[in-house]
Amino acid sequence: MKTSHMSSVAMETPEEVHMKPTYSGNKALAQEEKLIFELGDMAKTGVDLAEPAPIPSRLAEFERTDPIGLPGLTEPEAVRHYVRLSQTNYSIDTGMYPLGSCTMKHNPRLNEKMARLPGFADIHPLQPQQTVQGALELIDALAEGLKALTGMPAIAMSPRAGAHGELCGIMAIRAALEARGDARKTVLVPESAHGTNPATAAQCGYAVDIIPSSADGRVDVAALKAKLDHDVAAIMLTNPNTCGLFERDIIDVAEAVHAAGALFYCDGANFNALIGKVRPGDLGIDAMHINLHKTFSTPHGGGGPGAGPVVLSSALAPFAPLPYVVHGPDGWRLIENHDEAGDQADDAAPFGRLTAFHGQMGMYVRAYAYMLSHGSDGLRQVAEDAVLSANYVMASLQDVMSAPYAGPCMHEVLFDETFLDGTGISTLDFAKAMIDEGFHPMTMYFPLVVHGAMLIEPTESESKESLDQFIASMRFLVLAAKNGDVKRFKSAPQFAPRARLDETAAARKPVLRWHPN
Amino acid sequence: MRYLPLMAQDRTEMLRTIGAKQIDDLFKDVPPEARLEGLIDMPRGQGELEVERALTNMAANNIAAGSVPFFIGAGAYRHHIPASVDHLIQRSEFLTSYTPYQPEISQGTLQYLFEFQTQVALITGMDVANASLYDGSTACGEAVTMAHRITKRRKAILSGSLHPQYQEVVRTLAKYDGFDVSVSADRLSGTESLLELIDQHTSCVVVQVPNFFGTVEDLSKVSQAVHAQGALLVVIVPEIVSLGLIRPPGDFGADIVACEGQSLGVGLNFGGPYLGLFATRQKYVRHMPGRLCGATTDVQGRPGYVLTLSTREQHIRREKATSNICTNSGLCSLAWTIHMTLLGEKGYRQLARLNHQIAVQLADDLSSLKGVELLTPVFFNEFTLRLPRPAGPVVDALAEKGVLGGMPASRLMAHDGAMENLLIVAATETNTQSDIAAFRSALGQVLS
Repeated sequence: MKTSHMSSVAMETPEEVHMKPTYSGNKALAQEEKLIFELGDMAKTGVDLAEPAPIPSRLAEFERTDPIGLPGLTEPEAVRHYVRLSQTNYSIDTGMYPLGSCTMKHNPRLNEKMARLPGFADIHPLQPQQTVQGALELIDALAEGLKALTGMPAIAMSPRAGAHGELCGIMAIRAALEARGDARKTVLVPESAHGTNPATAAQCGYAVDIIPSSADGRVDVAALKAKLDHDVAAIMLTNPNTCGLFERDIIDVAEAVHAAGALFYCDGANFNALIGKVRPGDLGIDAMHINLHKTFSTPHGGGGPGAGPVVLSSALAPFAPLPYVVHGPDGWRLIENHDEAGDQADDAAPFGRLTAFHGQMGMYVRAYAYMLSHGSDGLRQVAEDAVLSANYVMASLQDVMSAPYAGPCMHEVLFDETFLDGTGISTLDFAKAMIDEGFHPMTMYFPLVVHGAMLIEPTESESKESLDQFIASMRFLVLAAKNGDVKRFKSAPQFAPRARLDETAAARKPVLRWHPN
Repeated sequence: MRYLPLMAQDRTEMLRTIGAKQIDDLFKDVPPEARLEGLIDMPRGQGELEVERALTNMAANNIAAGSVPFFIGAGAYRHHIPASVDHLIQRSEFLTSYTPYQPEISQGTLQYLFEFQTQVALITGMDVANASLYDGSTACGEAVTMAHRITKRRKAILSGSLHPQYQEVVRTLAKYDGFDVSVSADRLSGTESLLELIDQHTSCVVVQVPNFFGTVEDLSKVSQAVHAQGALLVVIVPEIVSLGLIRPPGDFGADIVACEGQSLGVGLNFGGPYLGLFATRQKYVRHMPGRLCGATTDVQGRPGYVLTLSTREQHIRREKATSNICTNSGLCSLAWTIHMTLLGEKGYRQLARLNHQIAVQLADDLSSLKGVELLTPVFFNEFTLRLPRPAGPVVDALAEKGVLGGMPASRLMAHDGAMENLLIVAATETNTQSDIAAFRSALGQVLS
């Protein structure tokens, strides 16, 4: 047919096209994907394995007899399944992901390549140590770099995540206090703290006492000092804090904490703001975890794996958990048990072991590649660009949004929902509208100290063009909110693979696995 | 610097917008005495070529398992990983996203977690599983503290045949969380000493299948004794391939199952990252640690998934949370579920049988050497041999000959003199006939 469809058929409006159902449920690149339990078959497999030789089993009555019910997919089906799933995810590589407190920066692909070298990826944690000298050398080199950047004398590498590092730090503190016969009962935690802080203190057997925030978004130093007595084991303070502000009185706080015989745990989640500019060791802290998946850009992977090495002061160094790497005349050596620790250093008194094996080697390789790539000058530039970008966002939005605390901020900027007062639009609605604009929303409703918190962390990975587009989009949304375009917000997101999901129903009657009908 | 998009001109303009003269104006809240003037004492930044060269040189100083006959297990196992697994987990949308806090733009992560949770529940024979923990040893620790929450008792009993480093992890938690731990005298097999320790104060009994020495054994008596006292049975599975062949823990009364998932999809990685699999009975679900993904619908009625039951978790419950855990092992759980989907029922069971068959052949071949005795006759893909002399130096001598031939039990149990001559050996589908022949020949030479 050569007749022009343009002239003979009326065109649908974009709105009509958008709403129109398709037969398949798919919409071009937006593919609806079933569960593997609906797609697969127990008789299908995507691997071709050798047939087992007819050797009699040694397992007798312990063998499984009933079917398990596992579906299989061939390789083409499996590849398509997971590619389609991936296409419904937002990621750093898709666009700006300013999730405050999470440091969603670019993940260099060199680091992925290095972590996959067989000499790192295909070695066993219990191989003879002479066969893994390069791996031990890398752990030691990364440890030295982290100590230099933080100005701290010791480090425990094995914690597998930030929260695991907190556990390590508080256990080391308790071990040190008990070693001097000074058991104490309480850990002080600011009300703006990450939830992991009080949870960690409780898990280590401490009561948690909350320190209020002051009007300028910092910890209330007078209230803190009033609480410092002989029952206080430690304070856990995030710096920069979760409002994105530097705790200016931190040295004074550290002195007061030490004067009271307590120890100072710093939550290092926000170290990206300080790297190369400030050494936490110069602030008087005793322990701080470093989230390698934040500051050192190991991929967040949809929720881990992370890594949380903990730097330690000389007061805590003897209590570092097993295992650790030492360097001697015969090369690098792992100290794996208490006897070896005692032989290696007289004052060594490891508080125990946090995990099997030696920690997150795959993350160490990536973090070390990141450290070498940036070097001392690049890391300093990281902190400067991260702080500059956050302040640029703050300066460009504070006339239309509401910042509860005056700047300068550090690597993230906090707004509250005061600017939405009277619009009928909440922080949640605003965040969902950002999705329609092509951004991952900022962290919402955290920290808890302000109403409807919006915590924006642009990181150093955004170009100025990208920041400007984000700022312009935010200003557009603020204007839409103030002009009463409530529908836009309440029905957002409209262009995502799913509209808002019913979280209440999910929690009331949890369906946590597939069941055959 | 190749990872930093801001140009000098951009920085100048941005400072002008902010109203700052120089970058250090933004750091004015830092006490002056803590501001670094110069650079940290470490090398300046380097190009990709230089960094790649430095790291490749370090990697070359390690002997990769795949380059030699390799037979070490003890909680981490070398299996073949299909090429598509690593390709798929490097999709940007999986690799560079985070915890699915915004479910509308995270359905990919959430759906695979739902599938993952189902697969874990199926193979363990349990009702529900979470979205993974850090690794098997920390999952073991979480299982014990969960048992305390459920039973309101604080006395855990560990089998002496539980992986020694898992034991240490639990003992470390116990010291600071303030609960009691006793360890039974059982070693290579048997549960007699474990049964004696169980009483009305016991919160849970932790057993490993196959145990640290490779033995698969009958746990029905333990299960009966545990439940008769109102305690919980915690079963640890460090080699997840084993469940393709042996009966699942749910069959013999496990209340909580904690596994090391590393065998599927993840690789050896010198000990991490790995992933903990964690499953339990429906009635205990609100006591579970870690993230949970649940099914729901969106406002248009379309099926979808969200993180759920988060009122257990630290960001809501703070000091009253079930655990301090925040991040899980997301990307490893993706690798695991892809590998499991590629295997399917057929491949998983065949893989397990193949592992068993190769291990049986290896055990027979090695124990035919003079003075070498197989101590664990009922095993899956790992077993323990008694050598005529201390196993530590034997393993070092084998390494000199280019064979990574098992792990001396004394490396992890230095205090137990009875362990000195014991060698723990694992075999998997990756071991060829020539690997087995090389191991037997090298061991024969070292022992002669």
